[in-house]
Amino acid sequence: MQSIPSNKSNRVMMSLKQMRRSPLMLVVHLSVLFLVLLWTFPTAGLLISSFRDKDQLAVSGWWEALSSSEQNLIGRTDAPDQQVLVDGQYILAGEIEDFNPKDEILRFGWTSQEPEAYLAGSIAKMRNGSTLTVAGDGHYSMVSPMPFTGSRGNRIFYTALASPKFTLDNYDEVLHSEGIGQSFINSLTVTIPATIIPILIAAFAAYALSWMRLPGRGILIALVVGLLVVPLQMSLIPLLQLYNTIGGYFGVSAKSYLGIWLAHTGFGLPLAIYLLRNYISGLPKEIIESARVDGANDFDIFVKIILPLSFPALASFAIFQFLWVWNDLLVATVFLGNGEHELVLTGRLRELLGSRGGNWEILTASAFVSIAVPLTVFFTLQRYLVRGLLTGSVK
Amino acid sequence: MEQLYYSLLVMLLGVLGCVFYFFGSNWLLIIMFPINHVSNEKMAKNIRRAAAIRPWLFLGPALFFLGLYLVYPVFDSVYLSLHGRNGEDFVGLANYQWLFNDNEFIESLINNVMWLLIVPALSTFFGLIIAALTDRIRWGNIAKSLIFMPMAISFIGASIIWKFVYDYRAEGSDQIGLLNALVVYFGGTPQAWITIPFWNDILLMVILIWIQTGFAMVILSAALRGIPEETVEAAVLDGANGIQIFFKILIPQIWGSIAVVWTTITILVLKVFDIVLAMTNGQWDTQVLANMMFDWMFRGGGDFGRGAAIAVIIMIAVIPVMVWNVRQANAQMEGR
Repeated sequence: MQSIPSNKSNRVMMSLKQMRRSPLMLVVHLSVLFLVLLWTFPTAGLLISSFRDKDQLAVSGWWEALSSSEQNLIGRTDAPDQQVLVDGQYILAGEIEDFNPKDEILRFGWTSQEPEAYLAGSIAKMRNGSTLTVAGDGHYSMVSPMPFTGSRGNRIFYTALASPKFTLDNYDEVLHSEGIGQSFINSLTVTIPATIIPILIAAFAAYALSWMRLPGRGILIALVVGLLVVPLQMSLIPLLQLYNTIGGYFGVSAKSYLGIWLAHTGFGLPLAIYLLRNYISGLPKEIIESARVDGANDFDIFVKIILPLSFPALASFAIFQFLWVWNDLLVATVFLGNGEHELVLTGRLRELLGSRGGNWEILTASAFVSIAVPLTVFFTLQRYLVRGLLTGSVK
Repeated sequence: MEQLYYSLLVMLLGVLGCVFYFFGSNWLLIIMFPINHVSNEKMAKNIRRAAAIRPWLFLGPALFFLGLYLVYPVFDSVYLSLHGRNGEDFVGLANYQWLFNDNEFIESLINNVMWLLIVPALSTFFGLIIAALTDRIRWGNIAKSLIFMPMAISFIGASIIWKFVYDYRAEGSDQIGLLNALVVYFGGTPQAWITIPFWNDILLMVILIWIQTGFAMVILSAALRGIPEETVEAAVLDGANGIQIFFKILIPQIWGSIAVVWTTITILVLKVFDIVLAMTNGQWDTQVLANMMFDWMFRGGGDFGRGAAIAVIIMIAVIPVMVWNVRQANAQMEGR
C-alpha cells in the first residue's frame, strides 16, 4: 500500500465519490423507480380490484378506482298504489328505487331500446300522453291523464356518474359461496405436514452426509445434487400407478392427504438435503469433536448441538418448502381429489378461471386470498429466504 | 369444522410418526449394543457396531423417499414409454415415432425452445441490471423486496394477475386491462392478445420473467457485493468509465453466479406448465411439453405410454444441466 503515492489514492477516492454524486444518479433512481412500478403494478391492480364494487370493476380500469365512472343502471318508480290525483292528473313521484344518493344521474330513458334518450331534468314523452322527468339527484315524477295500473312501478333506465365504491362483498362471496374458505383449510392441511416431515428427514440425512463416517458418501451427495433437477413430470405416472395399486390393495382411495404429504416430502428432499448439508458441514469441527470426546454419540450430538445451531438453515428451507407446497398445482391435481374436502386453493383458482372467467370480482378476490399467506410469509421471513437461496447457489 | 379436527389429528400423527422413527430406532440401537455395565472390550465393539449402523438409520428415510419418488420413476417412465396406453403391451419405439409425427408435439418443442432461449436470458438480464442499480441507492433494499415479491406468488395466482393485465374489451369501450388501456392511450387498437399466435407466447413468458427476475437479482446482487473493491478501484485509476467497469471488470468476476442463475431458471422453464394451463391451455399455438404431457395423462383418455414418452423427452433435456450441476458440486467439495 505504501508504494501508492498519496495523491493517487486521493484521486481514487475522488472519482468514486464523483460517481456517487454525478447526475447519472438521478437516472439510476428513476430507472429503479420505473422497474419497481413495473413489477408491482400487476399485483397492485389485483389487490385494488378485489375491493371494488363489481359493477364498477366491470366498466373501468382499477387505476380509475378513485374517480367517478359512468354506469348504466336500471331502477323502478314506486308502485302505482302510491299515485296521487292532482288537478285531474295522476302523479307518481319520489326517488328511484335503490338509487345511491352519492351518484349523479346524467341521462335517462324509459325503454330498453333507448336507455339514454333524455338528459337528466328534461321531460320524456311516454305512451298515452304521460310524461316522465328524472332529476340528477334521483328524484323522478311521472304524470299521466290516466291512472297507473299494475302491481309494480315502471322501469327507469339511467346513466349515472357513480362515485367510487369500495367493499368487502367480493371477499364475503368467495369465502362463503365459492368454496375458497374450505380450500384454504385444505391447503393448510396439505402444507403443514408437507413442510415439517421433509425437514426432519433431511436434517438427519444432511448430518449423516456431513459428519458421519460411511462408505459411498461422495456418491450419495452427487446423487442428491443430480436429483435436484429431475423434472417432477417424470414421477407422476409411475407414482400414480403405484398409489392406485396400494390403494386398491387396501381398498381405499389412491388420493389421500397421506399420499400427497409423502409425495411433497419426496420431491422436496433433494433441495432440503442439499441446503442443510451445505450449512451443517460448514459448522465448526471443534464443537462436534469435543462432544465426541466427551462420550456423546451421533444421535445426541445431532439433537443437542446440530439442530439448535442449524436454526437459520432449517428456517430457510421451511420457507421454501412452505411456499412451494402452498403454490403447487401439479402434485395436488394428480394426487389429491377434486372433492370439496380436498380441493386446494390453486386447484380452486384453476376451476374458477374456467367457470367464472369473466367475473373479475370473484377472480381477483380469490386470487388475493390464495396469495395472502405466501406474501405474509415472504415479507416477514424474507431474510431467511434470501439466506437459503445464497447457501444454495453462491459459494 | 370436523375437517379441521380431522386434519389436525392426521397432521399430528404424521409428524409424530416421523419423530418416533428417529428416536425409536436410536433407542433400539442403544438397547441392542449397550455400552454401560459391560466389559471394556465389549463396549468398544458395541460402540463400533452402533457407529456403523447409525448413519444408515439417519439416512434410511431420505434414501427411501429419494429412491421411491425420484429414482425409481425415472426408470419406470422409460419402461412405460415403450408400452401402450395402459402400460402393459410392449410397443417399442412407437410412442416416440408418434410423437415426432405429431403436429402438437413439434409445436410444443418449438415453443419450449423459445421459452428456453428467452426466459432465462431476460430474467438474468433484468436481475443483473436491477442488482447493479439497487446496490447504489439508499432505498435499494425496499426496491429489491418489491421486485423479489412475485417469487412468493403461485403460478396460478400470477396467471390471474396477468390475465387481468391482458384483459380485452371490444374497441370503443373502456379497457379494464392495463395493457390494452396503454395501447388505446397511445392511439392503438385494443387486441385480444392471448389469442394472437407468437405474441401470446411472449406474453406468457413475461409472467415467468416477472416471477424469476427477483431470484436472479438476489443471487447476482450477492455476487456483485462479493467482488473485492480493489479491482474496481484499479479500473477507476486506469480511467475506465462506468459501463466499461460493469462489462469488463464486474461481469467476468460473477460469471459463475450468472451460470447458476441461468441453469436454475432453465430447469424451471422445462417443468412449468401451470402458466400455459391457466392462460390458454395450449390453444392458439402456445402448447409446451409439460402441459402436453399433462393433457395426455388425463385428457387424452389417460394414455400412460405417450405421457411417459413426453416425460422422458423432458428428462433428456435436463440431463446436460444435471451433469453440469454434479460436476460443479464436486469441484466445490474438493475445494474445501
